[in-house]
Amino acid sequence: MEPADKLALNAFKTDEETHIVIQQETCRECQEQYCLYVCPGGLYSFNEDTGDLVVEYSGCLECGSCRVACPHGALEWNYPCGRFGVQYRYG
Amino acid sequence: MDKVDAVVVGGGLAGLSAAYNLAKEGIQVLVLERGDHPGSKNVTGGRLYLNPIRSYMPELWPEAPLERLVTREMITLMGEESSLTLDFSSTKFRDEPAHSYTILRSRFDRWFGEQVMAKGGFVVPQRRVTDVLNDNGRVVGVVSDGEEILADVVIAADGALSLLAEKAGLRDPLSSKHAAVGVKEVIHLPERAIEERFGVRAEEGVSRLFFGSITKGVFGAGFLYTNRDTLSLGLVVRIDSFLDHEPTKAVHELLEEFKEREEVVSLIKGGELAEYSAHIIPEAANQALPQPYGDGILVVGDAAGFTINMGITVRGMEFAMASGCLAAETVKKARDKGDFSKNTLGLYAELLKESFVLKDMETFRDNLEVLENPRTLNYYPQLACRLMEEIFWIGDGPKERVSSTMWRAIKEGFLNLRGLRDLLKFKRI
Repeated sequence: MEPADKLALNAFKTDEETHIVIQQETCRECQEQYCLYVCPGGLYSFNEDTGDLVVEYSGCLECGSCRVACPHGALEWNYPCGRFGVQYRYG
Repeated sequence: MDKVDAVVVGGGLAGLSAAYNLAKEGIQVLVLERGDHPGSKNVTGGRLYLNPIRSYMPELWPEAPLERLVTREMITLMGEESSLTLDFSSTKFRDEPAHSYTILRSRFDRWFGEQVMAKGGFVVPQRRVTDVLNDNGRVVGVVSDGEEILADVVIAADGALSLLAEKAGLRDPLSSKHAAVGVKEVIHLPERAIEERFGVRAEEGVSRLFFGSITKGVFGAGFLYTNRDTLSLGLVVRIDSFLDHEPTKAVHELLEEFKEREEVVSLIKGGELAEYSAHIIPEAANQALPQPYGDGILVVGDAAGFTINMGITVRGMEFAMASGCLAAETVKKARDKGDFSKNTLGLYAELLKESFVLKDMETFRDNLEVLENPRTLNYYPQLACRLMEEIFWIGDGPKERVSSTMWRAIKEGFLNLRGLRDLLKFKRI
């Protein structure tokens, strides 16, 4: 089962604004690309046309693994605003 | 908003424990929770051990919405194509007062928040805290999405990442060496099916741990807990360990491979996935703990790094609750003195030292070093599985004595320099 199919079962309230800001210049140079592996939702990917790192922030489980794993501090990571983000029904 | 006595940031176990005890003492307390209700952002494996925390809030437990009393403990060593399971049950696990329950945090924390309200505390949901308010290096309140809230004392209970303690200058950002990521699926299964499949009575449950080849040499483990009518199935891996591993696999791929194992397939068969969650776990042992207090601020629970990896279980929730209670005790003393400076709040550190929180962390401080040894989670489980296979296998030639097979395994595993060194280290678990 793909993570996207699992995330579809969760309750999310999506903000219009992202809570994860990516410093593209740093990410373009990145060798490790840890975020691609560490994110439990598999939400990070590189856009093949632009070379930009993209995060599907609306499916974020708010664990913060990407912030911890990034060796370059290229992710400006905040919790989503109150009212938004994942709402666990089991936890 | 006028100044409040205490503002607690985060409605998890640590924050709610602090608020509950403050409210009980008649101290005005405001809990700011960013989710729709306490628990809606919280995740555990998980199970809660009641004995360590019972005396802190004895009246809480009879009505608490816990899942199943754990009466059966199973540890499975996974080889590549085989596994060896230790299955332990004891009537002692049924003795009153109860030993350990499985728990779902969204349900439990929501109820706990209601208990705080019943004692006169205010729990305000959908409020994210973005910063601390500083006055000459002293914390005097918080900023919650633009609004300033003044308080005599701020209790940072904002979880493993604790952006707040970071902003207050009490800690550095969590490092990948000191953090594990846990991923979990909650799988719905009827109560009766759980009881039949796992061999437990009604209201009783099992805790299962899986070590070995499932994490492909990465430092981590799999877990399964039976809840009332769901299973919690997941994997915890240390972040730096799996990123350094070649070839790197995504954490969700590791979880899928774990679920594909025959040993797990039969346990979750027919179950319906209800939720997918993830959470970070601080695993600093005693080495990188931030100072849990400053002028006008206390740090509790995961935010302060209060967890231990005992190998057979990772514990944090009891530490969270106890530290919350001790923080409340400290605030009460500070309030009596009318002084919320670092000097007075330093009492918190003393109380922690006298409690099981820092005592247990001290006892298990070397655990990580031993468990991290790739041989612990890779080579030895494989060796044990291979030994079992050789003992049980009847081939076409003459069969070797069982004792000879065992002796060969012991010689191979331990009677060499690396093995002896590992044995000496195991002593420290």
